[in-house]
Amino acid sequence: MRMKTFPQGGVHPPENKISAEAPIQVLDRPSRVQIHLGQHLGAPAVPLVQKGDRVRVGTRIGEGKSFISAHVHSSVSGTVVKIDDVLDASGYRRPAVVIDVEGDEWEESIDRSPELVREIKLDAHAIVERIKDAGVVGLGGACFPTHVKYMFPEGKQADTVIINAVECEPYLTSDHRLMLERADEILVGAQILMKASGVNRVIIGIEANKPDAIELMARKARSVNGIEVAPLKVQYPQGAEKQLIKALLNREVPSGKLPLDVGCVVNNVGTALAVYEAVQKNKPLVERVVTFTGRHLERSGNFMVRLGVPVSAMAARLELNISEDTAKVISGGPMMGKAIAGLEIPVTKGTSGIVLLEAGAAQRLTVQNCIRCGRCVTACPMGLEPWRLEKLAQLDRFEECEAAGAADCIECGSCSYTCPSARPLLDYIRHGKANVMRMRAERRQK
Amino acid sequence: MSRNLVISLSPHEKGDESVQKIMWGVVIALAPALLSSIYYFGWNALRVVVLGMVFCMGTEYLVQTFMMKQKSTALDGSAAVTGLLLAFNVPAAIPWWQLLVGSVVAVGIAKLAFGGLGKNPFNPALVGRAFMLASFPVHMTTWPKPLENVWSFGVDAVTAATPLGKLSEGGVAALPNLGSLDFYKDLLLGRVGGCIGETAALAILLGGIYMLYRKIITWHIPVVYLASLAATTGVFWLLDPGKYADPLFHVLAGGAMLGAWFMATDMVTSPMTARGQIIFAVGGGVICGLIRLFGAYPEGCSYSILIMNAFVPLIDRAFPPRRFGREVTHG
Repeated sequence: MRMKTFPQGGVHPPENKISAEAPIQVLDRPSRVQIHLGQHLGAPAVPLVQKGDRVRVGTRIGEGKSFISAHVHSSVSGTVVKIDDVLDASGYRRPAVVIDVEGDEWEESIDRSPELVREIKLDAHAIVERIKDAGVVGLGGACFPTHVKYMFPEGKQADTVIINAVECEPYLTSDHRLMLERADEILVGAQILMKASGVNRVIIGIEANKPDAIELMARKARSVNGIEVAPLKVQYPQGAEKQLIKALLNREVPSGKLPLDVGCVVNNVGTALAVYEAVQKNKPLVERVVTFTGRHLERSGNFMVRLGVPVSAMAARLELNISEDTAKVISGGPMMGKAIAGLEIPVTKGTSGIVLLEAGAAQRLTVQNCIRCGRCVTACPMGLEPWRLEKLAQLDRFEECEAAGAADCIECGSCSYTCPSARPLLDYIRHGKANVMRMRAERRQK
Repeated sequence: MSRNLVISLSPHEKGDESVQKIMWGVVIALAPALLSSIYYFGWNALRVVVLGMVFCMGTEYLVQTFMMKQKSTALDGSAAVTGLLLAFNVPAAIPWWQLLVGSVVAVGIAKLAFGGLGKNPFNPALVGRAFMLASFPVHMTTWPKPLENVWSFGVDAVTAATPLGKLSEGGVAALPNLGSLDFYKDLLLGRVGGCIGETAALAILLGGIYMLYRKIITWHIPVVYLASLAATTGVFWLLDPGKYADPLFHVLAGGAMLGAWFMATDMVTSPMTARGQIIFAVGGGVICGLIRLFGAYPEGCSYSILIMNAFVPLIDRAFPPRRFGREVTHG
């Protein structure tokens, strides 16, 4: 069978899925957590607790008040020590609730039994409310509040929900492990999303480098109406929303529009599990699976981690002595993740993995002249000309950046990855894109 | 963990392609043609190739170090490719000082004066060759006969006209073997007069296939260039086979193979998108055919590529890649 994929652009970096065989381990409770109030796209949550307050697992400690925002819940039981500015993956200090852990008491409304609840009792509206209450956001990395995706504007309708289990980033294996270990819950989660959006078709897209997950999900999905599993040819950035929709349905999201404009809602597979827990178990999003890996490490693994736990806890659990060889630490995958300043950064809803790079791989190469080889043009999944955008952005010619489509850039990094001259193409395109966005905002104000 | 972690923007992963790998890959791809040229033209071929590479890399080093006052990129492979290709485009008996002039023009003027690697609008080796052809017309068109006096250094070797030269001088009648299998075999293997690297069509093809395999080039430019040359010459051949040579002859003879595979595919001076490359190659093939059929020169390959080089910026503008989400109807 010829596998589907997106037709334009893309690269195939070494997959390095080192931790694919490592079962998800539950990480021990730490003595202290730091839970950021802004773990999602949109306005940060407003704190609901203050110093000295006692909280339990699942207690809401931050409220998302704007339309695009999300609630934040405590991942531990204990006492609030302070609300402080704590370094996050972006490199900035942002407000976080610091909690000293005492015991492990959960909110009583949460169903902690292991039984699978298949029957979906709530109606679409109540489902979306439950998702909102539980603070569920997209767990693929972008952290867009999930409930907002299901509040369709007047006149818009979806016909397909896509579950994104592509995991096209090298190294990361958290989604892969989740499918192997929590398939039944994910499928119920998919059905919930089906009901929430009023569609009767769900497609789960999985890349071919996870044959065991494809086999398992396909077998289990056979007994569920409307859910199909689609194997995809391995190609980066297939997990990008627009590329995934194109690959699965051959629909093209118009420039500046959303998946809903072509009748789709896309959710990460981890999000489907979080939706299941939120709706069927009344459990807010307080933990997620994180891959901790690196080519030069003796061991790597996948962990169920409470939000706010420092990244270093995983290294400790793996009994790793992180030596001088480690020269870069990435939150997320190596293609789109953020380089972080140390292992003390707390895990947030968007931490899909922590990838450590050794000295040789951490440094950028010497930049050489563009030889006009056109590899960046061939690699760009959005059909842009990265070399031209780079030049225009360097010259601060932002009007021309806009005309050349800088705003369409999904920042997948395929151009920089493929450039034989090691040019920092995406760095400059980001500069151009940011200024195009600024110009557009100014135009709207006028 | 090292105390100072590297912080940089994504992507943190880098593909293993580099300018050096690409350029030296081209050099490797030229090896079969080099070996066959040494077989046919002997020491002289080796002499010209070594001198061409030394002169071009030397020019790059000297100009960058002493005039541009910057770190030299003489070893990045691109000057080596230019030197090799320039050498391939001259007769084996060329005097060394003429080659030196050609090398200085190719690297010093056609490449470095425009800003160095990647900045030159015209293929440097072809500019060097065009300069040499205009300046030293006699030496540039005196072709040693293959397999004669292979191991002597003299410039007074037995000479042979190129097949295209004969055609231009005496028409189809000057090529009595045209149409015979042996004749095409000679063209394929390179048993004809010509520039040292252009005669062995088969060896060039081998190198071209290597570049396709290594993904240094795509098929678009060489295949379309040769197809359009064959189409242009084929039309006239069909109209009057008694007056015009057949398209297969035109594809195999002269510099068409070397030009299509190694000169037109120079990434610096060719368009970036597949669509643009096809337009570029169609234009090149047609111009080459027209010069050969009706021009004053017997051979038009170099000029066809140089002319199309000039159109590259326009082609890049006119044939951008297909933008995702731009050409769909909304709703």
